[in-house]
Amino acid sequence: MIPGVAADFSQDTFVTYLVKAVLIIVFLLTSVLVAIWFERRVVARMQVRPGPNVHGPFGLLQSLADAMKLLLKEDVNVTAADRIVYLLAPMVSVFCSLLVFAVVPFGPEVTIPFTDFTTPAQLTDFPVAVLYVLACASLGVYGIVLGGWSSGSTYPLLGSVRSTAQVISYELAMGLSLVSVFILAGSMSTSTIVEGQQSIWFFLPLLPAFVVYVISMIGETNRLPFDLPEAEGELVSGYMTEYSSMKFAWFFLAEYINMLNVSAIATTLFLGGWRAPWPLSAVGDGVLNTGWWPILWFLAKVWLLMFVFVWVRGTLLRLRYDQFMVFGWKVLIPVALAWVVVLAVVQWFRLDAGVSRTVLVAVILGVGLAAVALVSLWPDRRRSPEHDDAGPGSEAGTAPSSAPGTVDAFAGGYPVPPLPGQSLPPSPRAGRRPVEHVPAGGAGPDTPHDDVEEGAR
Amino acid sequence: MTNPYVPVLVLMAVAAVLALGGVAASAVIGPKRYNRAKLEAYECGIQPTPQATGGGRLPVKYYLVAMTFIVFDIEVVFLYPWAVSFAWLAGFGLVAMLVFLALITVPFVYEWRRGGFDWV
Repeated sequence: MIPGVAADFSQDTFVTYLVKAVLIIVFLLTSVLVAIWFERRVVARMQVRPGPNVHGPFGLLQSLADAMKLLLKEDVNVTAADRIVYLLAPMVSVFCSLLVFAVVPFGPEVTIPFTDFTTPAQLTDFPVAVLYVLACASLGVYGIVLGGWSSGSTYPLLGSVRSTAQVISYELAMGLSLVSVFILAGSMSTSTIVEGQQSIWFFLPLLPAFVVYVISMIGETNRLPFDLPEAEGELVSGYMTEYSSMKFAWFFLAEYINMLNVSAIATTLFLGGWRAPWPLSAVGDGVLNTGWWPILWFLAKVWLLMFVFVWVRGTLLRLRYDQFMVFGWKVLIPVALAWVVVLAVVQWFRLDAGVSRTVLVAVILGVGLAAVALVSLWPDRRRSPEHDDAGPGSEAGTAPSSAPGTVDAFAGGYPVPPLPGQSLPPSPRAGRRPVEHVPAGGAGPDTPHDDVEEGAR
Repeated sequence: MTNPYVPVLVLMAVAAVLALGGVAASAVIGPKRYNRAKLEAYECGIQPTPQATGGGRLPVKYYLVAMTFIVFDIEVVFLYPWAVSFAWLAGFGLVAMLVFLALITVPFVYEWRRGGFDWV
């Protein structure tokens, strides 16, 4: 037994390691093929079209056909590229993404059929397993940044620096959200963390951290709505523009494996890992939490998160780059930091000060409700001066579009940018005020004159 | 075998074989038809602009993000051992970490106010 690790690997031999390692790679490759098909089908359903449905049942062989096609394509080496780095970058990318699953527990101890050989359904585990996961994820950035840089072309370079800034920013938020898991579990070993979720899955007590993790995992994997490194409209295909054949396939594969990686880590750290969901976990004194069943629950949870990825992609639009970075630095990181402080203080009260859990929950709920009440009762600064203006002279309030200095943004049905000295009327949605319908140009001939006077006063 | 890092090395070996093998296979299997235009950098069909490699210039904001990242990444790394041994360190650890977080928050607020996080 390794100290600080719940799973027992003492029976494993070198052959077991090799078999498990090959199984992990095979699992990842097939999962990626299924994931690509799954994504295309689900997005197609969301956009009311059939999606790939020709090759094989339900089009299941479509991604296999794509992979074969990529393998048989010409391997183009761009003349401007830095040859060695250009060749290494996709390999680094896929290599790092394949390593994460080494510490992901698929299940508890399983017995190989027809033998009495028992082994954990996990390649390995050590006391700093999650740190290892983060290290692999960070090294994956090298593939992206070197691939973009070495292509010797403008679009990949821009895509790769964007991607680097994005991934490191969101990695911070991700790392901070994991701190609270370590506080509750008291360990960084994945099997111990799953062991610690016996009574309750961590996503419930750690809901803010879970939300931060889910957002940052989408940013970390460069997926829509955060896929700015490959924004097609701006950067062609981002850092993979100059790549073809299997080198392109490796980047593509790495992206999908990374999706599986972050989903599996989210499952392990927040969603109870291989544990059966609540009503099923009570069946037959927890029989569904033993043997081969847990692998089913684990895969179900991973694919639920994969569906969330696709769902978000089918629903949200791509963010602008500045909005995206500001969101990461000014919202996610402060929220994650504040949550760590709150959780640490609450845990201290629980463990050392001896405050019972009921009292703590009541106090937290009270503080939360008070905060919500305070926020909702806070006077809206944007609304109040408007009401003061609109009080006596109602014409100024009803026809703001024709006042000097403002511009009718939809004159003649086309969006019109404001000229210098003009400012846009406030959006009807800002501050959720009731929409005032202003007929464009529908005011009488006297009204503009009145408004000029109103404005001059 | 008790060293838990040996399986990682095994997985690394298998992953490296796959990563190398795929690229090598496509280089062997794939067709090779020489075409000078095909080997040029992509530039929407016009003459490629001068090399980005080496001579390219990037907005300084990316550099700023990298610098800020180092500060906060080290902060996170310091948080991890504290979080794992939270139960042992108890009140002393909590106070020490709160002081550390307060000290990190000061430059964070400073950079925020100076516009370090505003992209435009």
